[in-house]
Amino acid sequence: MQQDKLPDDASLTTKGYVSDEQGRILLLACGALAREILDLKQRNGWDHMVLTCLPAIFHIQPDKIIPAVREAVAKHRDDYDQIFVVYADCGTGGLLQQACEELGIEMVKGPHCYSFFEGNQAFDAHGDEETTAFYLTDFLARQFDAFVWKPLGLDRHPELLSMYFGNYTKLVYQAQIDDPDLTARARECAERMGLDFERRLTGYGDLETTLRDWATRKPKD
Amino acid sequence: MSEEEDIVLSELNDDELVEQMFDDLYDGLKEEIEEGVNILLERGWTPYDILTKALVGGMTIVGHDFRDGILFVPEVLLAANAMKGGMFILKPLLAETGAPRVGKMVIGTVKGDIHDIGKNLVSMMMEGAGFEVVDIGINNPVENYLETLEAEKPDILGMSALLTTTMPYMKVVIDTLIEQGLREEYIVLVGGAPLNEEFGKAIGADAYCRDAAVAVETAKDFVSRKHNQLAG
Repeated sequence: MQQDKLPDDASLTTKGYVSDEQGRILLLACGALAREILDLKQRNGWDHMVLTCLPAIFHIQPDKIIPAVREAVAKHRDDYDQIFVVYADCGTGGLLQQACEELGIEMVKGPHCYSFFEGNQAFDAHGDEETTAFYLTDFLARQFDAFVWKPLGLDRHPELLSMYFGNYTKLVYQAQIDDPDLTARARECAERMGLDFERRLTGYGDLETTLRDWATRKPKD
Repeated sequence: MSEEEDIVLSELNDDELVEQMFDDLYDGLKEEIEEGVNILLERGWTPYDILTKALVGGMTIVGHDFRDGILFVPEVLLAANAMKGGMFILKPLLAETGAPRVGKMVIGTVKGDIHDIGKNLVSMMMEGAGFEVVDIGINNPVENYLETLEAEKPDILGMSALLTTTMPYMKVVIDTLIEQGLREEYIVLVGGAPLNEEFGKAIGADAYCRDAAVAVETAKDFVSRKHNQLAG
Protein backbone atom coordinates (compact mmCIF):
# COMPACT_ATOMS: atom_id res chain seq x y z
CA MET A 1 0.00 0.00 0.00
CA GLN A 2 1.39 3.39 -1.00
CA GLN A 3 0.85 6.11 1.60
CA ASP A 4 0.04 9.69 0.66
CA LYS A 5 2.57 12.19 1.93
CA LEU A 6 1.11 14.89 4.13
CA PRO A 7 1.03 18.07 2.03
CA ASP A 8 2.21 21.33 3.57
CA ASP A 9 -0.34 23.99 4.52
CA ALA A 10 1.04 26.67 2.20
CA SER A 11 0.59 24.56 -0.91
CA LEU A 12 -2.80 23.29 0.31
CA THR A 13 -3.86 26.92 0.67
CA THR A 14 -2.94 28.15 -2.78
CA LYS A 15 -2.57 25.08 -5.00
CA GLY A 16 -4.57 22.27 -3.44
CA TYR A 17 -3.38 18.71 -3.68
CA VAL A 18 -3.29 15.84 -6.14
CA SER A 19 -2.59 12.32 -4.91
CA ASP A 20 -0.58 9.87 -6.98
CA GLU A 21 -2.52 6.93 -5.54
CA GLN A 22 -4.86 4.71 -7.52
CA GLY A 23 -8.42 3.85 -6.50
CA ARG A 24 -11.98 3.61 -7.75
CA ILE A 25 -13.45 6.50 -5.72
CA LEU A 26 -12.32 10.12 -5.94
CA LEU A 27 -12.79 12.46 -2.98
CA LEU A 28 -12.82 16.00 -4.33
CA ALA A 29 -12.21 18.07 -1.20
CA CYS A 30 -11.39 21.45 0.24
CA GLY A 31 -7.65 21.76 0.88
CA ALA A 32 -8.41 22.70 4.48
CA LEU A 33 -9.60 19.10 5.03
CA ALA A 34 -6.63 17.28 3.48
CA ARG A 35 -4.87 16.26 6.69
CA GLU A 36 -8.07 15.05 8.30
CA ILE A 37 -9.13 13.02 5.26
CA LEU A 38 -5.69 11.46 4.82
CA ASP A 39 -5.66 10.56 8.51
CA LEU A 40 -9.07 8.89 8.23
CA LYS A 41 -8.00 7.06 5.07
CA GLN A 42 -4.89 5.73 6.74
CA ARG A 43 -6.53 4.73 10.01
CA ASN A 44 -9.42 2.98 8.28
CA GLY A 45 -7.51 1.49 5.36
CA TRP A 46 -9.70 3.20 2.79
CA ASP A 47 -7.20 2.59 0.03
CA HIS A 48 -9.87 2.55 -2.64
CA MET A 49 -10.51 6.29 -2.07
CA VAL A 50 -8.16 8.81 -3.69
CA LEU A 51 -7.91 12.40 -2.50
CA THR A 52 -7.73 15.50 -4.68
CA CYS A 53 -8.03 18.93 -3.09
CA LEU A 54 -8.97 22.34 -4.42
CA PRO A 55 -7.09 25.30 -2.93
CA ALA A 56 -8.09 25.85 0.68
CA ILE A 57 -8.15 29.62 0.15
CA PHE A 58 -11.54 29.13 -1.55
CA HIS A 59 -12.78 29.05 2.07
CA ILE A 60 -12.78 32.85 1.83
CA GLN A 61 -13.56 32.96 -1.90
CA PRO A 62 -16.67 30.76 -2.09
CA ASP A 63 -17.58 32.01 -5.58
CA LYS A 64 -14.59 30.04 -6.87
CA ILE A 65 -15.71 26.69 -5.45
CA ILE A 66 -18.40 25.74 -7.95
CA PRO A 67 -16.48 26.45 -11.18
CA ALA A 68 -13.47 24.58 -9.75
CA VAL A 69 -15.63 21.61 -8.72
CA ARG A 70 -17.23 21.47 -12.17
CA GLU A 71 -13.83 21.61 -13.87
CA ALA A 72 -12.34 18.90 -11.62
CA VAL A 73 -15.34 16.61 -12.09
CA ALA A 74 -15.13 17.00 -15.87
CA LYS A 75 -11.40 16.23 -15.75
CA HIS A 76 -11.61 13.14 -13.52
CA ARG A 77 -15.03 11.67 -14.29
CA ASP A 78 -13.78 8.95 -16.66
CA ASP A 79 -10.99 7.86 -14.31
CA TYR A 80 -13.17 6.84 -11.35
CA ASP A 81 -16.28 4.78 -10.66
CA GLN A 82 -17.56 7.45 -8.37
CA ILE A 83 -16.72 11.00 -7.25
CA PHE A 84 -17.76 12.56 -3.94
CA VAL A 85 -17.47 16.27 -3.13
CA VAL A 86 -16.07 16.85 0.36
CA TYR A 87 -17.51 20.31 0.85
CA ALA A 88 -20.56 21.42 2.80
CA ASP A 89 -22.48 24.44 1.50
CA CYS A 90 -19.46 26.58 2.45
CA GLY A 91 -20.90 29.99 1.61
CA THR A 92 -22.33 29.04 -1.78
CA GLY A 93 -25.91 29.68 -0.70
CA GLY A 94 -27.23 26.33 -1.93
CA LEU A 95 -25.61 26.66 -5.35
CA LEU A 96 -23.00 23.95 -4.71
CA GLN A 97 -25.77 21.54 -3.76
CA GLN A 98 -27.57 22.48 -6.97
CA ALA A 99 -24.41 21.94 -9.04
CA CYS A 100 -23.74 18.57 -7.38
CA GLU A 101 -27.31 17.45 -8.08
CA GLU A 102 -26.85 18.41 -11.75
CA LEU A 103 -23.60 16.43 -11.82
CA GLY A 104 -25.16 13.47 -10.00
CA ILE A 105 -22.62 13.70 -7.19
CA GLU A 106 -23.05 13.61 -3.42
CA MET A 107 -21.55 16.18 -1.07
CA VAL A 108 -21.23 16.57 2.69
CA LYS A 109 -24.39 17.69 4.49
CA GLY A 110 -24.40 20.92 6.48
CA PRO A 111 -23.72 24.64 6.14
CA HIS A 112 -19.92 24.57 6.67
CA CYS A 113 -17.01 22.66 8.16
CA TYR A 114 -17.58 24.17 11.63
CA SER A 115 -20.96 22.48 11.61
CA PHE A 116 -19.96 19.07 10.30
CA PHE A 117 -16.85 18.85 12.50
CA GLU A 118 -18.99 19.35 15.57
CA GLY A 119 -21.78 17.26 14.07
CA ASN A 120 -24.56 19.07 12.21
CA GLN A 121 -27.18 18.19 14.81
CA ALA A 122 -25.05 19.33 17.75
CA PHE A 123 -24.02 22.52 15.96
CA ASP A 124 -27.59 23.32 15.05
CA ALA A 125 -28.61 22.86 18.68
CA HIS A 126 -26.51 25.88 19.72
CA GLY A 127 -29.12 28.04 18.00
CA ASP A 128 -28.91 31.73 18.90
CA GLU A 129 -26.36 31.15 21.67
CA GLU A 130 -23.46 31.13 19.25
CA THR A 131 -24.40 34.02 16.99
CA THR A 132 -21.43 35.98 18.34
CA ALA A 133 -18.91 33.12 18.09
CA PHE A 134 -16.00 33.09 15.66
CA TYR A 135 -14.82 29.57 14.82
CA LEU A 136 -11.42 28.10 14.09
CA THR A 137 -10.59 24.55 13.03
CA ASP A 138 -7.13 22.96 13.33
CA PHE A 139 -6.28 24.09 9.80
CA LEU A 140 -7.46 27.64 10.42
CA ALA A 141 -5.62 27.82 13.74
CA ARG A 142 -2.43 26.98 11.82
CA GLN A 143 -3.27 29.32 8.95
CA PHE A 144 -4.89 32.18 10.86
CA ASP A 145 -2.71 34.86 9.29
CA ALA A 146 -3.30 33.66 5.73
CA PHE A 147 -7.06 33.22 6.13
CA VAL A 148 -8.05 35.95 8.59
CA TRP A 149 -5.45 38.50 9.58
CA LYS A 150 -3.85 39.36 6.24
CA PRO A 151 -6.91 39.21 3.94
CA LEU A 152 -8.69 41.63 6.29
CA GLY A 153 -5.68 43.96 6.23
CA LEU A 154 -5.16 43.70 9.99
CA ASP A 155 -1.42 43.22 9.53
CA ARG A 156 -1.30 46.70 7.98
CA HIS A 157 -4.21 48.35 9.78
CA PRO A 158 -4.78 46.86 13.25
CA GLU A 159 -7.07 49.80 13.99
CA LEU A 160 -9.73 48.07 11.86
CA LEU A 161 -10.05 45.22 14.36
CA SER A 162 -13.12 46.55 16.14
CA MET A 163 -14.88 47.27 12.84
CA TYR A 164 -14.50 43.62 11.85
CA PHE A 165 -14.92 41.84 15.16
CA GLY A 166 -16.50 44.37 17.53
CA ASN A 167 -19.75 42.39 17.64
CA TYR A 168 -18.10 39.03 18.35
CA THR A 169 -17.71 37.85 21.94
CA LYS A 170 -15.76 34.59 21.78
CA LEU A 171 -13.53 32.45 19.65
CA VAL A 172 -14.48 28.78 19.62
CA TYR A 173 -11.56 26.56 18.71
CA GLN A 174 -12.92 23.30 17.35
CA ALA A 175 -10.04 20.90 17.86
CA GLN A 176 -10.00 17.98 15.46
CA ILE A 177 -6.99 16.47 17.23
CA ASP A 178 -5.79 16.92 20.80
CA ASP A 179 -2.66 19.03 20.26
CA PRO A 180 -1.47 21.47 22.97
CA ASP A 181 0.54 23.47 20.42
CA LEU A 182 -2.55 24.08 18.26
CA THR A 183 -4.56 24.98 21.35
CA ALA A 184 -1.92 27.56 22.29
CA ARG A 185 -2.02 28.97 18.77
CA ALA A 186 -5.81 29.21 18.80
CA ARG A 187 -5.74 30.88 22.21
CA GLU A 188 -3.26 33.42 20.85
CA CYS A 189 -5.61 34.11 17.92
CA ALA A 190 -8.42 34.84 20.41
CA GLU A 191 -6.14 37.21 22.31
CA ARG A 192 -5.20 39.04 19.13
CA MET A 193 -8.88 39.44 18.28
CA GLY A 194 -9.74 40.53 21.81
CA LEU A 195 -12.21 37.65 22.24
CA ASP A 196 -12.88 35.11 24.97
CA PHE A 197 -11.51 31.66 24.22
CA GLU A 198 -13.28 28.33 24.26
CA ARG A 199 -11.84 25.01 23.16
CA ARG A 200 -14.11 22.23 21.98
CA LEU A 201 -12.63 18.84 21.07
CA THR A 202 -14.79 17.77 18.14
CA GLY A 203 -12.74 15.07 16.44
CA TYR A 204 -13.81 14.64 12.83
CA GLY A 205 -17.54 14.63 13.55
CA ASP A 206 -19.84 14.14 10.57
CA LEU A 207 -16.84 14.19 8.21
CA GLU A 208 -15.88 10.77 9.54
CA THR A 209 -19.38 9.30 9.42
CA THR A 210 -19.94 10.65 5.91
CA LEU A 211 -16.66 9.27 4.57
CA ARG A 212 -17.34 5.94 6.28
CA ASP A 213 -20.70 5.77 4.55
CA TRP A 214 -19.12 6.53 1.17
CA ALA A 215 -16.19 4.15 1.76
CA THR A 216 -18.44 1.19 2.52
CA ARG A 217 -20.78 1.61 -0.44
CA LYS A 218 -20.73 -1.31 -2.81
CA PRO A 219 -19.16 -0.61 -6.22
CA LYS A 220 -21.57 0.37 -8.95
CA ASP A 221 -22.37 -2.37 -11.48
CA MET B 1 -2.29 58.96 -4.40
CA SER B 2 -0.17 60.70 -1.76
CA GLU B 3 2.25 63.47 -2.68
CA GLU B 4 5.92 63.42 -1.90
CA GLU B 5 5.93 66.90 -0.35
CA ASP B 6 3.83 67.95 2.63
CA ILE B 7 0.69 69.75 1.55
CA VAL B 8 -0.68 72.59 3.68
CA LEU B 9 -4.44 72.23 3.24
CA SER B 10 -5.21 75.80 4.29
CA GLU B 11 -3.01 77.14 1.47
CA LEU B 12 -5.04 75.40 -1.24
CA ASN B 13 -7.89 77.15 -3.03
CA ASP B 14 -11.35 75.59 -2.75
CA ASP B 15 -11.14 73.43 -5.86
CA GLU B 16 -7.66 72.20 -4.97
CA LEU B 17 -8.77 71.48 -1.42
CA VAL B 18 -11.77 69.41 -2.54
CA GLU B 19 -9.50 67.47 -4.92
CA GLN B 20 -7.05 66.93 -2.06
CA MET B 21 -9.89 65.74 0.18
CA PHE B 22 -10.82 63.18 -2.48
CA ASP B 23 -7.23 61.92 -2.30
CA ASP B 24 -7.20 61.96 1.50
CA LEU B 25 -10.47 60.02 1.67
CA TYR B 26 -9.06 57.53 -0.81
CA ASP B 27 -6.03 57.12 1.44
CA GLY B 28 -8.17 56.89 4.59
CA LEU B 29 -6.62 59.94 6.28
CA LYS B 30 -9.17 60.83 8.94
CA GLU B 31 -7.34 63.77 10.52
CA GLU B 32 -6.75 65.41 7.15
CA ILE B 33 -10.43 65.03 6.28
CA GLU B 34 -11.45 66.62 9.57
CA GLU B 35 -9.04 69.48 8.91
CA GLY B 36 -10.38 69.92 5.37
CA VAL B 37 -13.98 70.02 6.61
CA ASN B 38 -13.11 72.67 9.20
CA ILE B 39 -11.27 74.80 6.63
CA LEU B 40 -14.26 74.72 4.24
CA LEU B 41 -16.60 75.65 7.12
CA GLU B 42 -14.34 78.61 7.96
CA ARG B 43 -14.51 79.67 4.33
CA GLY B 44 -18.28 79.85 4.54
CA TRP B 45 -19.21 76.60 2.79
CA THR B 46 -22.56 75.17 3.89
CA PRO B 47 -22.37 71.84 5.73
CA TYR B 48 -24.53 70.30 3.00
CA ASP B 49 -22.14 71.38 0.23
CA ILE B 50 -19.13 70.03 2.11
CA LEU B 51 -20.93 66.75 2.64
CA THR B 52 -22.07 66.24 -0.92
CA LYS B 53 -19.23 67.84 -2.88
CA ALA B 54 -16.21 66.81 -0.82
CA LEU B 55 -17.12 63.75 1.24
CA VAL B 56 -19.75 61.93 -0.82
CA GLY B 57 -17.88 62.86 -4.00
CA GLY B 58 -14.72 61.29 -2.60
CA MET B 59 -16.47 58.19 -1.31
CA THR B 60 -18.10 57.69 -4.70
CA ILE B 61 -14.63 57.36 -6.25
CA VAL B 62 -13.72 54.87 -3.51
CA GLY B 63 -16.94 52.95 -4.22
CA HIS B 64 -16.22 52.76 -7.95
CA ASP B 65 -12.67 51.52 -7.37
CA PHE B 66 -13.96 48.90 -4.92
CA ARG B 67 -16.49 47.73 -7.50
CA ASP B 68 -13.74 47.55 -10.14
CA GLY B 69 -11.41 45.52 -7.93
CA ILE B 70 -8.84 48.31 -7.52
CA LEU B 71 -9.54 48.81 -3.81
CA PHE B 72 -10.35 46.09 -1.29
CA VAL B 73 -12.36 45.95 1.92
CA PRO B 74 -9.61 47.23 4.29
CA GLU B 75 -9.02 50.33 2.16
CA VAL B 76 -12.77 51.01 1.88
CA LEU B 77 -13.08 50.74 5.66
CA LEU B 78 -10.26 53.22 6.18
CA ALA B 79 -11.91 55.63 3.75
CA ALA B 80 -15.26 55.16 5.50
CA ASN B 81 -13.60 55.85 8.83
CA ALA B 82 -12.14 59.07 7.45
CA MET B 83 -15.55 60.10 6.10
CA LYS B 84 -17.06 59.30 9.49
CA GLY B 85 -14.66 61.82 11.04
CA GLY B 86 -15.95 64.50 8.67
CA MET B 87 -19.57 63.48 9.19
CA PHE B 88 -19.12 63.77 12.96
CA ILE B 89 -18.33 67.47 12.54
CA LEU B 90 -21.05 68.10 9.96
CA LYS B 91 -23.98 66.17 11.42
CA PRO B 92 -24.97 68.62 14.18
CA LEU B 93 -24.49 71.52 11.76
CA LEU B 94 -26.68 69.86 9.14
CA ALA B 95 -29.42 69.48 11.74
CA GLU B 96 -29.12 73.19 12.61
CA THR B 97 -28.91 74.58 9.10
CA GLY B 98 -31.41 72.25 7.53
CA ALA B 99 -30.58 70.23 4.44
CA PRO B 100 -32.68 68.81 1.63
CA ARG B 101 -34.35 65.61 2.88
CA VAL B 102 -34.61 62.99 0.17
CA GLY B 103 -36.42 60.31 2.15
CA LYS B 104 -36.26 58.08 5.19
CA MET B 105 -34.82 54.59 5.61
CA VAL B 106 -34.93 51.98 8.35
CA ILE B 107 -31.98 49.63 8.09
CA GLY B 108 -30.74 46.61 10.03
CA THR B 109 -28.82 43.34 9.82
CA VAL B 110 -31.09 40.29 10.02
CA LYS B 111 -31.52 37.82 12.87
CA GLY B 112 -28.55 35.54 13.49
CA ASP B 113 -26.13 37.91 11.80
CA ILE B 114 -23.84 40.31 13.66
CA HIS B 115 -21.96 41.70 10.67
CA ASP B 116 -22.53 45.40 10.16
CA ILE B 117 -19.70 46.76 8.04
CA GLY B 118 -21.79 46.89 4.86
CA LYS B 119 -24.85 48.16 6.69
CA ASN B 120 -22.88 50.92 8.38
CA LEU B 121 -21.37 51.97 5.08
CA VAL B 122 -24.81 52.12 3.45
CA SER B 123 -26.18 54.12 6.41
CA MET B 124 -23.39 56.65 6.13
CA MET B 125 -23.68 57.03 2.36
CA MET B 126 -27.46 57.32 2.58
CA GLU B 127 -27.12 60.05 5.20
CA GLY B 128 -24.59 61.74 3.00
CA ALA B 129 -27.08 61.65 0.13
CA GLY B 130 -29.73 63.37 2.25
CA PHE B 131 -31.71 60.44 3.62
CA GLU B 132 -32.74 60.23 7.25
CA VAL B 133 -31.52 56.85 8.42
CA VAL B 134 -32.83 54.89 11.40
CA ASP B 135 -30.29 52.15 12.05
CA ILE B 136 -31.64 49.31 14.20
CA GLY B 137 -28.28 47.53 14.39
CA ILE B 138 -27.55 43.81 14.17
CA ASN B 139 -29.27 40.48 14.80
CA ASN B 140 -32.82 41.75 14.25
CA PRO B 141 -35.85 39.47 14.49
CA VAL B 142 -38.86 40.35 12.36
CA GLU B 143 -40.53 42.04 15.36
CA ASN B 144 -37.78 44.68 15.50
CA TYR B 145 -38.31 45.58 11.85
CA LEU B 146 -42.09 45.77 12.24
CA GLU B 147 -41.97 47.91 15.37
CA THR B 148 -39.53 50.36 13.84
CA LEU B 149 -41.43 50.56 10.55
CA GLU B 150 -44.60 51.29 12.48
CA ALA B 151 -42.91 53.96 14.62
CA GLU B 152 -40.82 55.65 11.93
CA LYS B 153 -42.97 55.30 8.79
CA PRO B 154 -39.96 55.30 6.45
CA ASP B 155 -39.97 55.19 2.66
CA ILE B 156 -37.43 52.38 2.59
CA LEU B 157 -36.66 49.21 4.51
CA GLY B 158 -33.04 48.07 4.11
CA MET B 159 -31.88 44.62 5.18
CA SER B 160 -28.34 43.31 5.27
CA ALA B 161 -26.73 39.87 5.78
CA LEU B 162 -23.21 38.54 5.37
CA LEU B 163 -23.89 34.85 5.85
CA THR B 164 -25.57 32.40 3.51
CA THR B 165 -27.11 30.86 6.61
CA THR B 166 -28.81 34.12 7.63
CA MET B 167 -29.77 35.72 4.33
CA PRO B 168 -32.95 33.57 3.96
CA TYR B 169 -34.30 35.43 7.00
CA MET B 170 -34.90 38.43 4.75
CA LYS B 171 -37.71 36.43 3.17
CA VAL B 172 -39.24 35.86 6.61
CA VAL B 173 -39.42 39.63 7.09
CA ILE B 174 -40.85 40.26 3.61
CA ASP B 175 -43.39 37.45 3.96
CA THR B 176 -44.50 38.87 7.30
CA LEU B 177 -44.98 42.28 5.69
CA ILE B 178 -47.09 40.61 3.00
CA GLU B 179 -49.15 38.70 5.58
CA GLN B 180 -49.86 41.91 7.45
CA GLY B 181 -50.74 43.81 4.29
CA LEU B 182 -47.81 46.16 4.73
CA ARG B 183 -45.53 45.15 1.88
CA GLU B 184 -46.67 47.86 -0.52
CA GLU B 185 -46.04 50.56 2.08
CA TYR B 186 -42.27 50.27 1.79
CA ILE B 187 -39.50 50.06 -0.75
CA VAL B 188 -37.50 47.01 0.31
CA LEU B 189 -33.79 47.02 -0.56
CA VAL B 190 -31.47 44.14 0.35
CA GLY B 191 -27.70 43.73 0.29
CA GLY B 192 -24.74 41.73 1.55
CA ALA B 193 -21.79 39.83 0.16
CA PRO B 194 -23.47 36.46 -0.55
CA LEU B 195 -26.61 37.96 -2.13
CA ASN B 196 -27.28 38.57 -5.79
CA GLU B 197 -30.02 40.02 -7.97
CA GLU B 198 -31.67 36.63 -8.44
CA PHE B 199 -31.93 36.14 -4.68
CA GLY B 200 -33.37 39.62 -4.24
CA LYS B 201 -36.08 38.86 -6.80
CA ALA B 202 -36.78 35.40 -5.38
CA ILE B 203 -37.50 36.72 -1.88
CA GLY B 204 -39.67 39.56 -3.14
CA ALA B 205 -37.41 42.55 -2.48
CA ASP B 206 -37.72 45.60 -4.72
CA ALA B 207 -34.00 45.55 -5.45
CA TYR B 208 -30.68 44.00 -4.54
CA CYS B 209 -27.92 46.58 -4.05
CA ARG B 210 -24.40 45.40 -4.79
CA ASP B 211 -22.66 48.09 -2.76
CA ALA B 212 -23.30 51.30 -0.83
CA ALA B 213 -23.07 53.55 -3.90
CA VAL B 214 -25.60 51.40 -5.76
CA ALA B 215 -27.84 51.45 -2.67
CA VAL B 216 -27.89 55.25 -2.72
CA GLU B 217 -28.68 55.44 -6.44
CA THR B 218 -31.34 52.74 -6.18
CA ALA B 219 -32.93 54.41 -3.16
CA LYS B 220 -33.04 57.80 -4.90
CA ASP B 221 -34.56 56.24 -8.00
CA PHE B 222 -37.29 54.35 -6.11
CA VAL B 223 -38.14 57.28 -3.85
CA SER B 224 -38.47 59.68 -6.78
CA ARG B 225 -40.70 57.18 -8.61
CA LYS B 226 -42.82 56.78 -5.47
CA HIS B 227 -43.19 60.54 -5.14
CA ASN B 228 -44.07 60.81 -8.83
CA GLN B 229 -46.74 58.15 -8.41
CA LEU B 230 -48.20 59.99 -5.43
CA ALA B 231 -48.15 63.23 -7.37
CA GLY B 232 -49.76 61.64 -10.43
